[in-house]
Amino acid sequence: MTSYPKLVRDGFWSNNVGLVQLLGLCPLLAVTGTFINGLGLGLATLLTLVASNTIISMIRTLVRPEVRIPVFVLVIASIVTVIELSMSAYFHELYSVLGIFIPLIVTNCAIIGRAEAFASKNTVGRAMVDGFSMGFGFLLVLVVLGGMREIIGAGTLFAQAHMMFGEAARTLTFVLIEDYSGFLLAVLPPGAFIGLGLLIAVKNLIDRRLERRSVRQAAPSTQIAHAS
Amino acid sequence: MEFPTQSSPYLPPRNDVGRLMLTVILALIPGALCLMWFFGWGVLFNLVIATATAVAGEALILRLRHRPVRRTLMDGSAVLTGLLLGLALPPLAPWWIPVVGALFAIVVAKHLYGGLGYNPFNPAMVGFVVLIISFPLQMTQWSAPAGMGQESLSFVETFRMTMLETLPADTPLDTITMATPLDRAKSDLSQDLTWTEIKTNPLFGSFGGLGWQWINAAFLLGGLALLQQRAIAWQIPAGMLGGLFLMSLFFYIGDSDTFASPAFHLFSGATMLGAFFIATDPISAATTPRGRLYFGAGIGVLIYIIRTWGGYPDGVAFGVLLMNMAAPTIDYYTRPRVFGHAKSDE
Repeated sequence: MTSYPKLVRDGFWSNNVGLVQLLGLCPLLAVTGTFINGLGLGLATLLTLVASNTIISMIRTLVRPEVRIPVFVLVIASIVTVIELSMSAYFHELYSVLGIFIPLIVTNCAIIGRAEAFASKNTVGRAMVDGFSMGFGFLLVLVVLGGMREIIGAGTLFAQAHMMFGEAARTLTFVLIEDYSGFLLAVLPPGAFIGLGLLIAVKNLIDRRLERRSVRQAAPSTQIAHAS
Repeated sequence: MEFPTQSSPYLPPRNDVGRLMLTVILALIPGALCLMWFFGWGVLFNLVIATATAVAGEALILRLRHRPVRRTLMDGSAVLTGLLLGLALPPLAPWWIPVVGALFAIVVAKHLYGGLGYNPFNPAMVGFVVLIISFPLQMTQWSAPAGMGQESLSFVETFRMTMLETLPADTPLDTITMATPLDRAKSDLSQDLTWTEIKTNPLFGSFGGLGWQWINAAFLLGGLALLQQRAIAWQIPAGMLGGLFLMSLFFYIGDSDTFASPAFHLFSGATMLGAFFIATDPISAATTPRGRLYFGAGIGVLIYIIRTWGGYPDGVAFGVLLMNMAAPTIDYYTRPRVFGHAKSDE
């Protein structure tokens, strides 16, 4: 049995969905043009992961192994539909910006990966914590990448925050660089690939530094899923 | 039959990276001078800034990677990358254009892939493509070539333009910039003007664009010197110019009103610079003799396609990068037969 702290550490860092498992790259690369877009999709994915992990862990003894994958997909699809309709009702502007990538959360292999690899084999409490930490790790990557691309690409941070936090948040936008003509590459898809590559490099660098500092501590075994 | 043998002492030819790069840099001189003659001091600033940034970036990265700094810098590959990028930039570009381009070329396109000898893409062209995608406005402001009767800037005025982006009060930007011949040809052809009508515009010279034809001729001269020195393989420029020539000839013969002439394509834009100096980069190009021909021909065909139907006026950089991607596959399928092995050696 994995301990709770290890579940959290795995999700946040050592088995991070975005940086280590490299799952869910399609939304990761596509919507991280701005901080707020990343935050919006990250929260939606986080909610989906927690809910799907919890429900699948609850029904894990009822589902026959032969039909488990279709059942998982049905559960995830219903959760995503609920989230999609609620976003359309309460955050309509954000919903229209994120567009197809909200329904596409269904196909995010990080979610079905956690359902199959973890939730279907563990108790409800653990599955919930695992869903939360995995989802939160993914959210972190989304907002860091989104923030990076927004600063380099447009010179602002938290632009269009009103889409998430209401009209009062319009003033939240920081203009970091005045009269910035924009670095279009960072906003375009290649910028997402380069940015993600740099983030992974930074993570590996930090890992190596930490490892060197505490040689006695054995390297945590990371399981890397090769599905996509 | 007589087989003459040379007697000793045998002098081994000096053939290292540094010497190759030096030869290429020397061969660039006529073209660069010609470019400066037609487009003014801005070309010089671009070259200096791009080269200085490339060298500084290379030194920094080498230090970070714990590699020998001085020895690697002396091979001149960073200098050449900077020069090639500088030659491709519009002469009135603000100073940060060559800086961003050269840093991207050296840091991302060269060293993140492992440094000299490991980069799959031509660094100078990666830098150029990053710039033209990210800063379309600054990257399309070409000043008018000498001989168009437009006003030209003095040394100091150009310096102020490069560093501060300010022009003298009496010369707004519109009076010194102008569409390049490739730009003009593309937009006029799209407005149903015939090629004969377009050619009457003073922007076009006797065979290429005004100014551009001599710049290309100068690069051709430098390129022929490189061939004579055997610094580059003849297959790549031959393939590229041949591919571009055959494509443009085919369409020009089919409909000489709506397609530009082969001579115009060969002597406009970056054709000659690309054929002899950029596509021939020994690291990112194909390496087998037959593969080099295909590699060059692919670039030539891509340049024609991009110039004629694409969204950008010139396509050398995109053509080179796309064929860089194909180079390993080309090499795989064109491996020469090993001596003594059967022809169909699976």
